[in-house]
Amino acid sequence: MDAEAAKLIGAGLAAIGAGMAAIGVGTVFGNFLEGALRNPGAADGQQGRLFIGFAAAELLGLLAFVVAMILIFVA
Amino acid sequence: MAEGGGKIDPMHQFEVQTIAEGFTLGGQQIAFTNSAAWMLVTVVVLWLFMLGGMKRALVPGRWQMMVEGFTGFIDNMLKANVGKDGRKYLPYVFSLFMFILFANLLGLLPLGLVGLHPFTFTSHFTVTGVLAVMSFSIVLIVGFWKHGLKFFSLFVPHGTPVWLLPVIPLIEFVSFMVRPFSLGLRLFVAMIAGHILLKVLAGFVINAGNAGLLPGLGVGIPSFALMVGVSALEILVAGIQAYVFALLTSLYINDAEHLH
Repeated sequence: MDAEAAKLIGAGLAAIGAGMAAIGVGTVFGNFLEGALRNPGAADGQQGRLFIGFAAAELLGLLAFVVAMILIFVA
Repeated sequence: MAEGGGKIDPMHQFEVQTIAEGFTLGGQQIAFTNSAAWMLVTVVVLWLFMLGGMKRALVPGRWQMMVEGFTGFIDNMLKANVGKDGRKYLPYVFSLFMFILFANLLGLLPLGLVGLHPFTFTSHFTVTGVLAVMSFSIVLIVGFWKHGLKFFSLFVPHGTPVWLLPVIPLIEFVSFMVRPFSLGLRLFVAMIAGHILLKVLAGFVINAGNAGLLPGLGVGIPSFALMVGVSALEILVAGIQAYVFALLTSLYINDAEHLH
């Protein structure tokens, strides 16, 4: 296999990371909704924490995207 | 990626182009680029937006309500995350939030239709990195100013067991030093990913339309529908990323103000 093909395969594999981050973000928002529906009164106060969790989960997916971009354009 | 006929280069939109030749400084060309031009546009639009809402009418109109909604939103965020001491950071966090929000939204405008291609300068790490370093240096300056060398106790959280003392400060230190990178990286990658996705889908629409009637209808129309949906998602992401940037900045400021 030549190096160019290996790079593209690697970039494709990095997309798995983006999918995993999708699971993470879904878990964050899903669990927030679950809790918010049980106790709607407390939900508004926790929105900051919701977005902190979202940001942390999303960052890892974005890192996978960066890896793919580096493989295609830089490496 | 740019080779081959009929291929649409999704990275072309991120190229920094020189509008006016500037001067050379230390061997580096300092030019007025499209990035700088759109920063200027963002500042002017933001300035006009704020000017329209700062009339301090007793009965606020719609415009003033909009501006006051934004200021109140950031004020509440600082109050919730930093407490009373957070009030003095309101100008900085508000400017940061509004600048990023307007930059993201202006970059999404379909001005290409009239030949004026918007440039999302938040899709460049040089820009978001500088914003992140600004937030980070405020944290460092405030932290050392207020607490002196006690600021280093940030790396040892309360209630750390003694046998973990060799490990926890190291982990805390790494997570502290990674902050400016993650802060800048998140915004720039989120913007770049959304814009590439839109351009790739646009490429599908155009190439399918050129390929004939059947691919045009079968591929082009679903792609176009997806583009509309992704555009709506991008508007949401533009807001969320600006919010997350301001939120994390206020959290870091809270660390500097109160340690933990």
